[in-house]
Amino acid sequence: MLTVRGISRSFGDHKVLDEVSFDVRPGRMTGFLGANGSGKTTTMRIVLGVLAAHGGTVSWQGAEVGPQNRPDFGYMPEERGLYPKMKVRDQITWLARLHGVDRETAQRNTDALLADLELTERAGDRLEELSLGNQQRVQIAAALVHDPALLILDEPFSGLDPIAVETVLDVLRKRAAGGVPVLFSSHQLAIVERLCDDVVIISKGRIVANGSREELRARHAGQRYEIVVAEDAGWVRDVPGVTILELDGPRAVFEAEPQQVLRAALDRAEVRSFTPVVPTLDEIFREVI
Amino acid sequence: MARASFSQATWLVAEREMKTLVTAKGFWIGFAFTIIGLFALTILPTVFGGDDPKVAVVGSATQAVQGKQLDVLEVGSVQEAADLVRADDVEAAIVPDGAGIKVLALNDAPDDVVAQLVQAPPVELLDASAVTSGQRAVTVIVFGLVFLMFGMGGAAIAQSTVTEKQTRIVEILVSTVPVRALLAGKILGHTILTLGQVVVLALTAPIALRVAGLGELLGVVAPALGWFIPFLMLGFVLISSMWAVAGALVSRQEDLGSTMGLVMLAVMGPYFGVQFFFENPVALKWMSFVPFTAGVAMPVRLFAQQAQPWEAILSLGILAATVVAILLVASRLYTGSLLQTGGRVKLSKAWAPAE
Repeated sequence: MLTVRGISRSFGDHKVLDEVSFDVRPGRMTGFLGANGSGKTTTMRIVLGVLAAHGGTVSWQGAEVGPQNRPDFGYMPEERGLYPKMKVRDQITWLARLHGVDRETAQRNTDALLADLELTERAGDRLEELSLGNQQRVQIAAALVHDPALLILDEPFSGLDPIAVETVLDVLRKRAAGGVPVLFSSHQLAIVERLCDDVVIISKGRIVANGSREELRARHAGQRYEIVVAEDAGWVRDVPGVTILELDGPRAVFEAEPQQVLRAALDRAEVRSFTPVVPTLDEIFREVI
Repeated sequence: MARASFSQATWLVAEREMKTLVTAKGFWIGFAFTIIGLFALTILPTVFGGDDPKVAVVGSATQAVQGKQLDVLEVGSVQEAADLVRADDVEAAIVPDGAGIKVLALNDAPDDVVAQLVQAPPVELLDASAVTSGQRAVTVIVFGLVFLMFGMGGAAIAQSTVTEKQTRIVEILVSTVPVRALLAGKILGHTILTLGQVVVLALTAPIALRVAGLGELLGVVAPALGWFIPFLMLGFVLISSMWAVAGALVSRQEDLGSTMGLVMLAVMGPYFGVQFFFENPVALKWMSFVPFTAGVAMPVRLFAQQAQPWEAILSLGILAATVVAILLVASRLYTGSLLQTGGRVKLSKAWAPAE
């Protein structure tokens, strides 16, 4: 487990991170959400030792993170880049070896990953000859090739077409299923919604929400329900204690004590559906930041 | 999990640098030019300077040119000889003049022809040297040029560093291996490649000298060449650590020019210094102990048999100590600037302890 506790960081007078704390648990995909400039990248760079923290600790399996355990991590930086003139396969193999993987394993891992990412045909091409989307896949391979014990990916899906997103998702899910904690940042909330088990939301350098996706949703669900009846649902607004949020013919979304509305509905008309409205991450996100 | 040790990481970086360089066409073109240039420098003077001067000779003057190193063309009259001179078909004409002879030429006194005709007094050198000043001049040029070319070749280190900063792969590298291993690997890789090129040059130099008919010079050149190699290699390490810092201070290839100036000065300065002052023994002696100029000045002094081996060893020691000092400074500056992006990093900021 990766444990981040009380991390702070300033650039000049500007405080970018203020006592940031969260965990990335084994076998779980943790989505790291925040608006541009909220501190996602700074946090990740501190975990990777690319940037120093001005306070707080980062530990991995109970030991402080440093040069001795960092090579176990896999990192995909926000600003992409590998050696433009190096061949794809050579490049990935080289990075694996730099992480301490022996030559044979490095080559075997590279070939397997390139196959998973559908890049086998481009293995002998120089990186600069690939399209941006394919370069992005190579970047994913670079983060995974040494079988990292922890994955930290900064916006892994930006710049990918929907098919590539699925390919990369598969690869990442496999890793998480194998017990690897995965922390990834994204501004594509729909993807995070589908993909992540845990969510950490950061706003202006502070953690504003943190927990499993279901937990967060339940916490922010409130007393919101949707009812669909056979005829016009206009009568719902007359039930005492009801606040109408949407009203559209036979469908109404409202906040109230649900049993009372349901009872009233059964008296009046045929009820087609009655469901609690669970907020989307998007809604939670808007609410907390 | 497995870990790459410092030396493994250094070697991996070095290996990659070498592979990148030798798979680039520019590297081989540059090296080919160096070899061709050095051959040309050694051989061309003998090719172009080898012909005897061509002269027209009239009548009794023929006797005066017998056995001389002149290309003689006998003609019938003074008028005919003068015409040949005017037409530039011959360098000069040698014609009877009363009891003696007279030389006709166009607008310059033909010294090389005259020298053949006069009886030169014998010369005895009191301080004979196996090396003429001409040969020394060529050595200065050759050693200087080789140093200059390899020194400038170190710019590849700056470029490779900027590439890593510009593409941001540096973030992956820094989170994986120590920054010092990156720096050490770059310097090691480029030094090995340079050494390889120097060895090829050192092996082809004797061939060039033989082709030029200067085989007897080999005995004198060989020891100087033997000294030149360690000086060149240490000098290269010195310069390459500066190139690495020049690269680390900027974030884009386009900005590299702004930091390369000082390093170019450190490479070109010694070259011009030695070219200008090699005739001045005092200046040359001083330069042979100053780390940046020692690489050319000391081997030249050794070649001219002006320096004792202990002087060379002392100078090499000074150079080695400077290399260690500069490496320590460079390593701190490199670490301090590698992750700073956006514009040029000030030296003071690179030197400051990490925030």
